Amino acid sequence: MELSKDPKIVIQDFDFYYGNNHAVKKVSFDALGREVTSIIGPSGCGKSTLLRCLNRMNDLIPETKAQGKILIDGQDIYEASVDVVELRKKVGMVFQKPNPFPKTIFDNVAYGLRINGYQEKSEIIRRVEQSLRDSALWEEVKDRLTDNGLSLSGGQQQRLCVARALAIQPEIVLMDEPASALDPIASAKLEELIVRLKEKYTIVIVTHNMQQAARISDKTAFLMQGELVEFGATKDLFTKPTRKITEEYITGRFG
Amino acid sequence: MKEKQIKQFLGYNVLRLCIIFVILILIVILYDILSKGARQISWQFLTSAPKNGMTEGGIFPAIVGTMFITVITAVFSVPLGMGCAIYLNEYAREGKTTRLIRMAIRNLSGVPSIVYGLFGVALFVEGMKMGTGVLAAGLTLGLMTLPWTVTASEEALKTVPKSFREGSLALGATKWQMIRTNVLPYAIPGMLTGTILGLARAAGETAPILFTGAAFFLPFLPKSFSDQFMALPYHLYIMSTQHHAIEKVRPIAYGTALVLIALVFLMNLSAVILRYHLRKLKKD
Repeated sequence: MELSKDPKIVIQDFDFYYGNNHAVKKVSFDALGREVTSIIGPSGCGKSTLLRCLNRMNDLIPETKAQGKILIDGQDIYEASVDVVELRKKVGMVFQKPNPFPKTIFDNVAYGLRINGYQEKSEIIRRVEQSLRDSALWEEVKDRLTDNGLSLSGGQQQRLCVARALAIQPEIVLMDEPASALDPIASAKLEELIVRLKEKYTIVIVTHNMQQAARISDKTAFLMQGELVEFGATKDLFTKPTRKITEEYITGRFG
Repeated sequence: MKEKQIKQFLGYNVLRLCIIFVILILIVILYDILSKGARQISWQFLTSAPKNGMTEGGIFPAIVGTMFITVITAVFSVPLGMGCAIYLNEYAREGKTTRLIRMAIRNLSGVPSIVYGLFGVALFVEGMKMGTGVLAAGLTLGLMTLPWTVTASEEALKTVPKSFREGSLALGATKWQMIRTNVLPYAIPGMLTGTILGLARAAGETAPILFTGAAFFLPFLPKSFSDQFMALPYHLYIMSTQHHAIEKVRPIAYGTALVLIALVFLMNLSAVILRYHLRKLKKD
């Protein structure tokens, strides 16, 4: 069992700048395969920035700079030879606000398959169904696959986005506060889904909801003002934090 | 009444007067042209050439000429303008250069149309030896509409939410795949609408075609790109200022004006209809 839990993502002395703004400072921690790692911290602490470095989504923002290393399966993803498109196929992402495309439910999930060159119809159909099953949406949408993705409820939309990410079979799924726009019930469903997904995927989730981090993650990283304050097993971090500031944050004394 | 209410009353009514005034102007213009031009419109007026020193007959060659050059304008400026807009909005890194380009485009749209006419003569007629004809005139109008097309297309591209782009890239799409599959389909209705409005404006222009190919009178239709042509706006100009019997041909001038307005109106209407259908298509 231990073998399957090799470090999937290794972050080493990683710095990230927006212009002169030093957003992530010398952060180092590992995320293991088939685990949920959560990143928590107050608003503006750099947790989303760090997450978006893991699939180099920040490349889209001009005048940013990355230093240090992020290794995925031992490969530094910021090396010049890395193909960002290939990286993003391997590292899927679910965004804060559900962002289904204004296409049918089926086409939303098939989108990633089609742009990645899948042409055979039966294969696409099979994978769409599998992804929708994996994201626990199939039973709700199987009779209305040709409806617009935007006609779904917020929670369903977010699970559709999960299905869309799963369809191209990534190894890692990044989630950027995926439940922040959802009501408690939809949120609970999504949490259930995340816990189930870790059987197959490595999951890194950013959340401002500490209870959520405590419920679903194996490891937790606590960031403040761009620095990693504490990292460890979620159970330990929430019950016996080693730093005083961590304790103050998780007990709600600030943030 | 309290002072506050009086101010509210005044504010509301002053603004209402503004809109009434604007609409009134439009109504007066339309009424003037309709009342004087409608009598002139007949099947024969629309389908025959001018006769007897242009005091009788129809405006068929002018209708055909205007349509011909508008098509050339569209073929030239639509792909080029959309291409520029896509490059500017999607590929170019924001900076001094893009700001300079945008400023140039904005200024270009403010250049008087007669200047485009002169430039068309210098570039197309003389420089590229096209001679005066439909091609040179269409291209000149195309140049004039380019800033419109670029600006309208870029505005349309800007309305596509960032989340569509990010969602697409996060699934391993290349930039061009993202643009083709997840940006253009949603931007094209807006792009086309803006473009057609620009074309409609071009169809009504006189100055740019004045030196580049429009003819006073031609008994035949243009058959090749280098043929001269008659055009509605130019015909109208002649009928109302240059003709030897202006009073006599005034009804023809009004008829021409009505046809020109109807043509521009139809183009604008088609833009609205097109946008409506593309939007519906997108939702399905």
